[in-house]
Amino acid sequence: MQNTRGLRSQLKDSVPVTGLCPQAGTYGVPDTLRRGFSSVKNELLPSHPLELSEKNFRLNQDKMNFSTLRNIQGLHAPLKLQMEYRAARQIQRLPFLQSSNLALDTLRGSDDTIGFEDVLNDPELSEMMGDPHVMVEYKLGVL
Amino acid sequence: MATASVLQARSAGFSFENCKRNALVEANATDLGLRVPTARKTGTTICGVVYKDGVVLGADTRATEGMIVADKNCSKIHYISPNIYCCGAGTAADTEMTTQIISSNLELHSLSTGRLPRVATANRMLKQMLFRYQGYIGAALVLGGVDCNGPHLYSIYPHGSTDKLPYVTMGSGSLAAMAVFEDRYMPDMEEEDAKRLVRDAIAGGIFNDLGSGSNIDLCVISKGKVDYLRPHDEANKKGVRAGSYKYKCGTTGVLTKAVTPLHTELVEETIQTMDTS
Repeated sequence: MQNTRGLRSQLKDSVPVTGLCPQAGTYGVPDTLRRGFSSVKNELLPSHPLELSEKNFRLNQDKMNFSTLRNIQGLHAPLKLQMEYRAARQIQRLPFLQSSNLALDTLRGSDDTIGFEDVLNDPELSEMMGDPHVMVEYKLGVL
Repeated sequence: MATASVLQARSAGFSFENCKRNALVEANATDLGLRVPTARKTGTTICGVVYKDGVVLGADTRATEGMIVADKNCSKIHYISPNIYCCGAGTAADTEMTTQIISSNLELHSLSTGRLPRVATANRMLKQMLFRYQGYIGAALVLGGVDCNGPHLYSIYPHGSTDKLPYVTMGSGSLAAMAVFEDRYMPDMEEEDAKRLVRDAIAGGIFNDLGSGSNIDLCVISKGKVDYLRPHDEANKKGVRAGSYKYKCGTTGVLTKAVTPLHTELVEETIQTMDTS
């Protein structure tokens, strides 16, 4: 029985491509009207070496923790936790308002830690807000 | 477009939006005759030593911005917890913010455990944060404190590696300070000897390194007691002017004098009361 999980870690020098066509609209072609002009150079390379690792940091940490939990306590533990995460993630305000995510933070254990995400660039204090109608329509899939 | 703002999730923490623009500006700056602003560094000498009952941390007090002294008396020994202090070298803002964030986290952690925080905990938190940012946070730290297991001293490098040693130095003046330590360090020193040794090590850095200067700050941490001596030694006092350079009245001879009286007449007089309540 092969350990297929191990093969992925052997992928060296893989350029992180954000998506084959990130500007894709409805039919898979670049949607210039809605997303502006696209440039291959901008999409292919991250603007800062840390940009990708920071974007995926929480996800990677969760993955690592779940995999450790699975190895220690069996499959049921991470499954149950992920179910609770999914439930807590659904407790949100309207799309254009910032939610506190209190239940999710408590589950994660980040309610008693402070990091740069609490100090810098707090979304609650951002000067711009999305247009309420547009955001609700997008959430409902009507857009 | 309105839809564009819908699809971009606003995330907290570091924002990399301006990186491409900054790279472009930096590349073209020399053509336009502009100079890219430099970060304020603490080109520094910081050091620490473990003595019989605890830890002595020392630092100089100069902060530089390129070739200019930005702050003649800045404080480089930061508070982490009542029994743990941390000296910071590198980019001044990075050391400040990092130590403050770790101090807050350690306080929350100690409230959660109900115990006095340990130096190893602070060390682990700092190294995990610095490794996460791959050295882009330029903070080289000397962390020292006394906890339930005795006195501990760590040095933490900007990329996240740490060393646990009886005596450490960091900063641009670290070689000068380390020379003093290597010559005169002994295990289990008395407090006065340890203070003198640290003072001499920092003085070595101050007088032999351009990036370090001004005064010497010390922090003596022992079980249940912290002595924050700022300044412990004013090694570089600014000189006092020896004489007065003002000319006496009458030095310049008067050749001619013409007086023209200006006639003014009072047009209007108003009184405005001040609210002195």
